[in-house]
Amino acid sequence: MFARVSDTNFNQQCLYDELMDGCPDSPGAIVTFTGLVRDFNQTGKIDGLSLEHYPQMTAQAMKLLAEEAVSRFSLINAGMVHRVGYLSNYSQIVWVGCAASHRSAAFDAACYIMDTLKTAVPLWKKEFQNRQGHWVKAKASDASASLAWMKNKD
Amino acid sequence: MITVKAFAQVREVVGHDEWQVEGAQQQTVADVLSNLCEQDVRWRAAMDDQLLVAVNHTMRDSEFIVHDGDEVAFFPPVTGG
Repeated sequence: MFARVSDTNFNQQCLYDELMDGCPDSPGAIVTFTGLVRDFNQTGKIDGLSLEHYPQMTAQAMKLLAEEAVSRFSLINAGMVHRVGYLSNYSQIVWVGCAASHRSAAFDAACYIMDTLKTAVPLWKKEFQNRQGHWVKAKASDASASLAWMKNKD
Repeated sequence: MITVKAFAQVREVVGHDEWQVEGAQQQTVADVLSNLCEQDVRWRAAMDDQLLVAVNHTMRDSEFIVHDGDEVAFFPPVTGG
C-alpha cells in the first residue's frame, strides 16, 4: 500500500507496477483513476491551478484513507498519489489504484477513495484566471458523495 | 504553548501561517479561536466562512480539548482531487 504527496509529475505505468508488486496475492481486477486539470471552471477558461496542502497531515490522511479502503472492500492492495504546487491545464493531479479479487470491489473502492479524499484530505485548489487567483469553494455534491459512503457503511 | 496554523484562504485572511499562543486548563478549540479573535480582528473575518480544524493532524470539532504543546490548524473545507 502506498499514499504519497508529490511536487513532481507521476508515471501511471510505474504506479501500476508498484501496485502490482505490492500485491501479496494475485488480483483478479485492477481499477485505476487519474484526475487531470480541466481548462475551465463555471465562469470560463482558466490558466491553471495551484494546490496547497498541510504537509504534516496530508500523507497521513491519505494513508489512513487507503487503509480504510483496503479493510472496507477487502482489497489486495491500494495506492494513491496526489500532486501539490502549480499545475498547468491538462496536467495529472491525482492517481488512485485499487487491486481486488473481483471488479466490483475495485471499482467501489476507487470511488470511495476519491469521494472521501475530496472531503477528508487537507488539500486546497487555487485556480488562476486572467492572472488572478481564486480559491476553489468546496462543492455540496462532494460532501453528499462522501456522506453517502458513511451512511452505507454496513 | 499551543502552535496555531492556518492554511489556504484562512491563512490569506489572517495574514500569517503560524502563531504561538498560551495554553490554558480545559481549553477547547472554540476557546483558542475566541482568543485569536480577541487578539486579531482578522480572525473574525476568517470565521465568515466555514472553518475546519485539526488538532495534532487529526480532524476534530470545536469542543475538542487542547493541551499545552498541541498543534491546532484552521482551514477551509478541502478541495483536492
